[in-house]
Amino acid sequence: MRPALLLTPPLAWFVLVYLTSLVLLLITAFWTIDTFTTQIVQVWNLDNFRIILTEPAYRLIIGRTVGIAALVTVTDAILAFPFAYYMAKVASRRTQTILFAAVLLPLWASYLARVYAWILILNHSGILNWSLQSIGLPAANIGYTNTAMWLVFSYIWLPFMIIPTYAALERVPDSLLEAAADLGARRWRAVLDIVVPLAIPGVVAGSIFTFSLTLGDYITPILVYSNIGIANNVPFAAALAVVPVAIMAVYLLIAKRLGAFEAL
Amino acid sequence: MAPQTSIGPGEGQLNLVLWDGYADKSWVDPFTAATGCKVSQKPAGSSDEMVSLMKGGGAGQWDMVSASGDADLRLIYGGDVKPMNTALIPDFANFQTYFKAPGYNTINGIHYGISLQWGPNTLLYSTKKFPNAPTSWSTIYDPANKGLLTVPDNPIQIADAALYLSKTQPDLGIKDPYELTQKQFDASVALLKQQRPLIKKYWALATDEITLFQNGDVVAGAAWPFQTIQLKAAGAAVADTIPIEGATGWADTWMLATKAAHPNCAYLWTKWVSTPKVQAMQALSFGETPVNTKACAEMETLSAGSCAQYHADAPGSYFNTIKFWTTPIATCADGSNNCIPYAQWQAAWTTITA
Repeated sequence: MRPALLLTPPLAWFVLVYLTSLVLLLITAFWTIDTFTTQIVQVWNLDNFRIILTEPAYRLIIGRTVGIAALVTVTDAILAFPFAYYMAKVASRRTQTILFAAVLLPLWASYLARVYAWILILNHSGILNWSLQSIGLPAANIGYTNTAMWLVFSYIWLPFMIIPTYAALERVPDSLLEAAADLGARRWRAVLDIVVPLAIPGVVAGSIFTFSLTLGDYITPILVYSNIGIANNVPFAAALAVVPVAIMAVYLLIAKRLGAFEAL
Repeated sequence: MAPQTSIGPGEGQLNLVLWDGYADKSWVDPFTAATGCKVSQKPAGSSDEMVSLMKGGGAGQWDMVSASGDADLRLIYGGDVKPMNTALIPDFANFQTYFKAPGYNTINGIHYGISLQWGPNTLLYSTKKFPNAPTSWSTIYDPANKGLLTVPDNPIQIADAALYLSKTQPDLGIKDPYELTQKQFDASVALLKQQRPLIKKYWALATDEITLFQNGDVVAGAAWPFQTIQLKAAGAAVADTIPIEGATGWADTWMLATKAAHPNCAYLWTKWVSTPKVQAMQALSFGETPVNTKACAEMETLSAGSCAQYHADAPGSYFNTIKFWTTPIATCADGSNNCIPYAQWQAAWTTITA
């Protein structure tokens, strides 16, 4: 009885605010708007979904979004693994604390400030081009491109990959590595055969953050790229919003299979 | 619904949806002091956002909106704004004839709002890159400028392409860039799709474009005089021009929300911003042109030569050279229903910028 009482308020909040708005979103997606006054017309139809599926522009947008989210996830996984491994298995207690602070410190600064900092780095007369030119290399004009988005997203979400990966690696018992060594496995062999499989759930858990955050982000693209907007057509926007929700549902199912939830 | 015939005492409050800078302290403070109407502002980032905010007649939350021509008809036919009584605005008599009853805010002689200010959409360019001033809009369609251009992120930009095509491909028969048949529309969209790889970034806020020019990310683009003024003030080597093909333009209107909770303050405000002095102040602070012809002398007092510079003294014929924004609707001027409505402009814009 007691736990039930304790759980009810947050659960009611979750159902009311979160699930209800999701359901409303889903319902709206089947409505349409008066093309002229942009008022919502409550007539059930599948037009919004048909447009999303048939119009090449939306396939391009969705494909690009998923592509960048996947690329950012892979980049962060590759960057995070050695870092997390060093933190969990090699570094001294003291170094570990310093590294932890280094990973978490950027999260104290505003997301917006950090994205603007990247604009200053990447734009035409920015630090990157200035540095390249001062050592005699041609300017790299990557400001406002997909490359810029990939770079900035990879930077912004990196801590969200390092922490779960670190947590998973931390849990790998040292005795397993010692046993592997006793049985004659070299260090890299032990890492490949023992550490990596045991760390996978942690990496997948981290990938949930990097993938979903990139998939749903609006601010970075509007600042470092260009904007995509579905102004004034709430039903169509709702239909388009169903796409990332569906993609994430599939992603979470796969992540669950790979044991990511146990690692969280 | 007949508009009110007199202005009662102010309600003490006025809630405005407006373009940033349209209610500057320098003319809001004296207004509040004189009328007791406190002004709270909600700056909007785009015409589409204005239409969204005003949905449901402003829902009692917003009293007025400084809508641009591309939003006006949507607000009018959406029932979000109501007719206004021009007799309550003494300065209305001094307005440029064109702005007394322009098609984008006046339907069958009913005035849905009072014209405010206008400006042309100009070609802004770096004088370093272009020592000789470009004379044609072809500059922003020229592959030679790949990755060095910026244009507004606004579906109404399709009209700019249509205007260019009306001069460069006369066989398409484009007469009005806001009334396009399917064939004319497709040609304009195709031109903009060719332009897509040349664009560095579609700007959403005027400040975006200013940053792009300042950092040297772009060398030419479509702009408002506002950006030119700001950039020049910051010492950037830029200039702007109205190319030979002509230009589109925006014209803003103060419109009264259907559910305005403070209509008297709204009328007092409209009366105030229509006076020559405030018209001149707003014109010079934002970089646009007043609709009140009497504002010319005030502009000269504030900044000598500005009246002619902003075409505030332009003859009536001048207004035929600028194609003012209006919401594209399905009904063409000839009464047929062959024209492409705004919703399709929006959908096409997404496919262009994707």
